[in-house]
Order: sequence, then structure tokens, then C-alpha cells
Amino acid sequence: MTPSPHLWLIPLLPLAGAAINGLFGKRFSRQTVSAVALGFCGAAFVMALWIAAQFHSSLPLLENLAPWIRAGDFQVDFAFYLDQLSLVMLLVVTGVGFLIHIYSVGYMWEEGGFYRFFAYLNLFMFFMLTLVLASNYLLMFIGWEGVGLASYLLIGFWFTKDSAASAGKKAFIVNRIGDFGFLIALFLMIKHFGSLNFVQVFRIVSGMPAEVAGTGLLTAIGLLLMVGAAGKSAQLPLYVWLPDAMEGPTPVSALIHAATMVTAGVYMVARSHVVFDRAPQALMVVAIVGTLTALFAATIGVCQTDIKKVLAYSTISQLGYMFMACGVAAYSAGIFHLMTHAFFKGLLFLAAGSVIHAVGGEQDMRRMGGLRHHIPWTFWTMTAATFAIAGFPPFAGFFSKDAILWRAYASPYGSWVYWLIGVFTAFLTSFYMFRLWFLTFFGEYRGAAGASHSDGHIQVVSSSRAEAPAPHIHESPKIMLVPLVILAVLSFCGGWVGSERFDKFLSPALHAGVTADSPEEAAAATPATEPKEQGGSETVLTGVSVLAAVSGLFLAWLLYYRRPQLPQEIAHALGGFYEAVVNKYYVDEIYAAVFVKPLIDGSTRVLWQGIDRDVIDATLDNSAEGAREMSDAVRHMQSGNLRSYAAWIAAGAAVVIAYMIWMGTR
Amino acid sequence: MVPLSYYLVLSGILFACGVTGFLIKRNIITIFMSIELMLNGVNLSFVAFAAQWHALSGQVFVFFVMVVAAAESAVGLAIIIAVYRTRETLNVDRVNLLKL
Repeated sequence: MTPSPHLWLIPLLPLAGAAINGLFGKRFSRQTVSAVALGFCGAAFVMALWIAAQFHSSLPLLENLAPWIRAGDFQVDFAFYLDQLSLVMLLVVTGVGFLIHIYSVGYMWEEGGFYRFFAYLNLFMFFMLTLVLASNYLLMFIGWEGVGLASYLLIGFWFTKDSAASAGKKAFIVNRIGDFGFLIALFLMIKHFGSLNFVQVFRIVSGMPAEVAGTGLLTAIGLLLMVGAAGKSAQLPLYVWLPDAMEGPTPVSALIHAATMVTAGVYMVARSHVVFDRAPQALMVVAIVGTLTALFAATIGVCQTDIKKVLAYSTISQLGYMFMACGVAAYSAGIFHLMTHAFFKGLLFLAAGSVIHAVGGEQDMRRMGGLRHHIPWTFWTMTAATFAIAGFPPFAGFFSKDAILWRAYASPYGSWVYWLIGVFTAFLTSFYMFRLWFLTFFGEYRGAAGASHSDGHIQVVSSSRAEAPAPHIHESPKIMLVPLVILAVLSFCGGWVGSERFDKFLSPALHAGVTADSPEEAAAATPATEPKEQGGSETVLTGVSVLAAVSGLFLAWLLYYRRPQLPQEIAHALGGFYEAVVNKYYVDEIYAAVFVKPLIDGSTRVLWQGIDRDVIDATLDNSAEGAREMSDAVRHMQSGNLRSYAAWIAAGAAVVIAYMIWMGTR
Repeated sequence: MVPLSYYLVLSGILFACGVTGFLIKRNIITIFMSIELMLNGVNLSFVAFAAQWHALSGQVFVFFVMVVAAAESAVGLAIIIAVYRTRETLNVDRVNLLKL
């Protein structure tokens, strides 16, 4: 093999940065802190680029560093694995991550805890890269948990704010539910395959005879993995943490809750494609969950008024697309969308951060408007991202979304139902994104005069950080604009690779596992990579999805630019349904009533008051009380009177003697 | 030859006198003397057995007891004097600060 790629350096570089900033950062100046953070993160990016340039022809690479767990036949190593799939993830994570690091320097400059922020950010990079590069499920799980930790720390970055602290906890706890499923899947693998190594597990799975594979074991593993993925990637029914995660600083939302961490679930499903390929039921669940999530989150996004919440629901919806793609065994399309989504959604969040920065901490879109003249750079980059996510050709999102929709329709696992919902969701996506665009950048500035154009009864979500009456609207500093521009360029042309070429590039990673052992059997198990022959229908379907995007734009233009009083009338006409959507279908309330409240009540009444207080504490208290009372009774023996002591001794001696005599005479 | 049982009975009587004096007397000096009486009661039984069994160890043991008793009375008398100086009484019922 060519010289060693030193894969281990990539995750370790950000870890070093995190350690330096975390341990000594308090004494550093802001310049030093940002130099350390950017330096180590940038080094990882350069390293990833170098590896991509140097080793792209000799993939997959396996780098075994050290044994970790050895128990009988079972063994897990610290080992890194690089194939086309992880290479794409590697470049996305380090590249977008580095850009967001740069942006954060500008965004966080005025904030307290600057060094802490960058230490966490680098720590996140470390765990994310571990997740991506791991060669076995256990190491992946370490990264998986680690990014959850980093996400928790960063959501609760402003920990003095109560809502931020509880949002962090919510994210962590909801993720635990998913991780539980993931963990059970790992246990099943250990029990039945005796290994967690990707290569070994996939070889065993693809070598399984069809009658064994169909018995439900693989379906169970697949479903449990999907539970894990749904937790991390915010799918139904575990998506609730992601909107709340917007309490974190905006660069965090961009990096963790849009571009990288939340896509880990998609990556994991694509990585485990061998299992899913042989468990069609599990695959169908993935597709259904993804499709429903895409639609569900998009409808909520339509009625949100907090600029970051709109983007959060949009992220959930786009992740739903990715799962839809994975669910119809079009993993490459899912990963393709993951990549373009990282560009344009990262950009959308960063631009939204720039907008929030510009208007002095306001996040409510109803108090923005007309900003395009004040912050032209932000406006134009955000425009690029908006067109990309809405799926206008030739922006990046068009190619990836089109690939997903086409495969959802044409794949052997696909169905026109997925496609129809997908197109409708694309329409909604286009609508709510342009709604955001028009509300933010067009019309009159509504900030100073208060909420003049109000949707009425919608609760004001944020405006937490500043109460500035009339903020001086200003463009962000260059250090924030440069990443925006780079990402805008990527959002524009990131899709020109084309899904076919992308598919071909990924195919060794996404089909190799199956063909490894028995080609003829694998051929039966592998879904046909070529979609069903549909003649010219692909062009028609593409036309329909572009039409959906355009009509979304038109409707948004009509409602929020041309006739801004219309939305309120429509809202009134819809009545209860509108109420439900604005209140996010009451999902949080339902969860609170069904899960949280019984849990809290049960803990309070049974565990705390019942078991802890009435059994454990009571046992302890009563025995202590008993000892005290007995001592109190006995202490009168110690009268302090010398002769009474002597009497006790004499009595004792008399008893002993009597006992001895009695023993002797018996 | 006086039988062993006579000595033992006398020894028991002496010891009982000592215990009784210890329990009913209030003057520290008297209590102190009662202790000596008990010790000597025991000493008597030691030497009686030693003579009976022609074993020298009993005799030797008595010397040890005497030595310890002498040391003890030295310390004890010192304590008594100290107690008398601070509390101006030798009544043990008044010396009862060491209680709860």
C-alpha cells in the first residue's frame, strides 16, 4: 500500500484544539483562542483534502491502531475505515465545519465564554470525525454519543438562560431514547454475528441464506438501528428536540443541527445498507418514516414565525427526504442530498445568524422586513441558499432533491405515493422558504414600530437577547461574510456533480459489501441499481418538481409580498386546523401529557414519596430513632455515682459466678 | 494441719466484707481500705492453694499483687488528696460530675 494516510490524525487534531482551548483558553486572548481553534480544525480539513487527493484510488483503507476490547472471540479495535462513503462525510464535516468555525469567530466575538465555545466546537469535530471514520459499530457509537454530548453542551451554551438549559436537556434525553435502540441493535449483532466490525458484520449478513435472513433478525436489527437514527436525525416521533435546540448559538445550529450531526443517522443507515437491503420491511419503515417526517415538518414550518425555527423544521423535513431516499435503497441519493443540504442549510443558518446579528438579536420574522438594502451580502447569499433548498435548477438542491424524488418513484422499493408526498413537500418547502425570504428581506422594516403586521394570536417566540428599540441595522463583518460567500458558491454549483456520477463514485462503498462473498446470491439480494425503465418519464417528473418549486415561490410572493393581508384571512378561514399547525400539532403537549407527566408523577409519588421517602429513608430514620431511644433508656446506668458502678460490677460478677456454679453442678 | 477449706472460707469472708464495705461506705478512704481487704482476701486463697499444692507460683503471685496494690494505693491516695483539695469532701456521692 502507498504511504500510510494517518487517518487517526484527523479526529485527533480537533481534540488537541479542544484540549488546549478547554484547559488553558481562559488565559488566552480571543485572538489566540480563535487561532488555536481554526488552526486545528483547518489542519483536519487540509488533511482530509490531502487524503482525498492522495488515496481516492486506493479505497477502502483500513487503519488498525490498537486493540480495545478482547473477550474470547469477540474483539473490537481502535480502527479507522475510509471508503467513498466516509470520504464524502469526511470532506463535508471538515469543510463545512471549518467554514462555520471561521464564521463563529465573528459571530461570537462579543459573547462571554469565547474559549469555552471553541473548545466545545472542536470537541464536537473530534467526535463527529470519530463517528464518520470508525471501522466498527462500537467506535461509531462512541462518536455518536460524543456528538450528543457536544450538542448538549452547545445548545445549553447560554446556560444561565433557563430555556437554553432545558433545551439542552431535552435534546440529550430524547437522543437517549434513540441511542437505546441503537445499543440494542449492537447487542443483537454481538449475540448473533459475534462482531461489530463493519466488514465482518456485512460479510456475515450478506452470506446469510435467504430463509435465515427473512426470519426477522435482520428486520429487528434494521428497525432498532432506525430508532437510533430517528433519535439522532430528528425523525418522527423523536424530532421534538431539534426545534428547541435552536436555543443554542446560531453557528451551532448551522454546524450541529443542520449540516453535520443530525445527518449522522442518514450516514449510519447508508453505512448499514447491507443489513437494510436484506430486511425489506425495515427498509419500508425507513421510507415511510422519512416521507411522513418530510411532510409533517414542512407543514409546521409553514406557520413558524421565528426565523431559526422555520429553518429547524426545514432541516427535519430535509432529513426526512434523506431517509426517504435511504428507504427506497437509493443511498447515494440520500448522501448526495446530505452533502448539498450541508451546504445550503449551513448557509441558511449562517445567513439567518447574520440577519439576527444585523437587527440586534431579533429572531421574529414579523419584526424584520426590507432588509435587502441594508445587508446585501447576506441577502444575496441567503437567496442562493433559498433557491437551492427550494429546488430551482441549476442550484445544488435541485439535483439532489430531483434524484431522491426520481428514485422514490422508480426504485424497486419505491412507490408513486412517496413521490407524490415528496413533491407536495417540495412545494411546501419552496413556499415556507420564500415566505421567510419575503418576510425578512422585502417589504417595510417592521422592527421599530413593533409587530404591525402580526399574524394575530401567534405567540412571540423569541427576542431573548436584546430589547433594543430601534437597532442600527448593519452588515456583518468580513469574517462572517467570507464563509457565507463560499457556501453560497457551493450551494449554487455543489450539485453539478450530478447524481449519476455521485452514485458511481459511491457505488464501491454502497454495493461492495453485498458482492463480497457470493456474487450470484448477492445479485439476488441487491436491489437492481438501475431504476425501472420508464422512458422519458424522468423528465416529466423533474418538470413537475420544478413546477412545485415555482408555484411555492409564486404563492409566497402572492401572500407575503403582493397582498400581505391575505395570510391572516386564510388563517381565519382555516380556523382550528391553522391553530393546530401553529401550535406544532400539539406534539410537545401530547408528549408532555403522555410521557413526561406520568413519568414525573410516577417519580414523585411512587419513587420519591413512596419508595425513597417511605421505605429507604424510613428504614434509616426508624433504626436510628430506635438506637437513640434504647441508648436513652440505658444511659441511666451511667449515673456518675461511684457506688452504683461498683454495684453493677458486683452484680455482674455475681451473675458470672452463679452461672459457673450452675454449669459445674449440672 | 488446718484444712484448705478453712482458709478458703476465711478468704471468702474477707472478700465479702470488702465488697460490702465498698458498696455501703461513702468515705473514699474507707472504700479504699475495702479494696485492700478484697485484695488480701484473694491473696489468702493464693497462698493457701500454694501451700496445699506445694507450688511456689502462688506465693510469687501474691508478691505481685502486693506490689501492684502498693503502687495503686500511692496513686489512689494522691487522687484522694487532689479530690479533697478541689471539692473539700471525701463523700463519693458528691463526686459525681462524670455522668450525663
